[in-house]
Amino acid sequence: MLQTVDLECQRGDRLLFSGLNLTAAPGTCLHIAGENGAGKTSLLRILCGLLSPTAGDVLWRGGNIRTLREEFWQDLAYVGHLNGVKDDLTALENVRFAGLLSGRGGNDERAAAALGALGLAGFEQAQARFLSQGQRRRIGLARLFLAESAALWILDEPFTALDVRGVKALSDLIGAQQARGGIIVLTTHQDVPLPGRVERLDLRAPRPEEVDA
Amino acid sequence: MSRTLLAVIRRDLLLALRQRADVVNTLLFFLVVVTMVPLGVGPELNTLRTIAPGVVWVAALLAAILSLNRLFANDHADGTLEQMLLTGEPLPLIVLAKCTAHWLTTGLPIVFMALLLGVMFDLGVEPTAFLMVSLLLGTPALSLIGAVGAALTLGLRGGGVLISLLVLPLYVPVLIFGAGAVESVAGGLAPTGHLLLLGALSLAASVMAPWAIAAALRISME
Repeated sequence: MLQTVDLECQRGDRLLFSGLNLTAAPGTCLHIAGENGAGKTSLLRILCGLLSPTAGDVLWRGGNIRTLREEFWQDLAYVGHLNGVKDDLTALENVRFAGLLSGRGGNDERAAAALGALGLAGFEQAQARFLSQGQRRRIGLARLFLAESAALWILDEPFTALDVRGVKALSDLIGAQQARGGIIVLTTHQDVPLPGRVERLDLRAPRPEEVDA
Repeated sequence: MSRTLLAVIRRDLLLALRQRADVVNTLLFFLVVVTMVPLGVGPELNTLRTIAPGVVWVAALLAAILSLNRLFANDHADGTLEQMLLTGEPLPLIVLAKCTAHWLTTGLPIVFMALLLGVMFDLGVEPTAFLMVSLLLGTPALSLIGAVGAALTLGLRGGGVLISLLVLPLYVPVLIFGAGAVESVAGGLAPTGHLLLLGALSLAASVMAPWAIAAALRISME
């Protein structure tokens, strides 16, 4: 279970949110909504442990993620704005390395299967620099296939740059993760039909007059 | 655990192979800096013999500094670094692997290039051999200490100059003992003390630097 306690985040002079308490039970898909600048990405980075909150704590299975560290990250798969794809590596090498790096293992067969599931069969040996934005996004998302054992997926705008079939493949993947009892936290501006039950959290961008406060 | 270590080293070596220009440029820079000195100082052989160890070592420091930018910057730009910070594997280990790969692509080639430079400066067989040994023992410390600076300045504007200012003072002991070892051989003394200290510096750096680099990366990514 993922929980936050009185989370507060300040970036520069702007207070993005404070007193944020959320709970995500196994099998939940939590959709963080809000306009640009509302602090969605900051919230996700805090939930991952990449960013320290100004105040408050993030709890994973009852333990603070700041003390759990590697134990928490073992359970986490994160796909951010950046794909984490190396231009000079082939699609297959990228996925395989992502698997090895996460400690969940990555061999050629599983990596190729992951690429195939995202419609990149036949592109295994292509260097990522020659692929389109959407295809690179798919390579980045392919590591979710190797992350079935990760109980928590945090996805920042995962549907960006994907075509209709890519969106379908990803939402199926999210549905399967939910069915396994995994937790998904995601942001998206697109109106994507997600298969399972979706909880929604709305973040409100701070008004300019509040910025000085 | 060692599987991750090897995977990171393999990946970085593969990337270095695919971006050969980066590696080759650093080594050419090293060669050009060393070659400039006789042109500036003049062709007096005795003078050149005396200053050669120092010149080679200073050039090695500069080459190391120059190559440090690419150590984390690329991974930072494409998001791989985020993934490295968010794995169940210990970050100091991953960082140690990256430093090893950096050393294999800059430090180690410099050791072999010193053979050529020994001939160029007419150092003689024994001093050249010890120049190579001193570089072999000392260059790992350059990669490791430099990586701390690279991690601290990650994502800053003008980070390149800042790295030099942060890291060069820390390189002073390596420079002193490295060049000192060769000078003592040339002067007929035993270089053992210098070499032992160089090795100690590299060992100490390989134990302590990964933790410092890991902490610096986490701060830089906030």
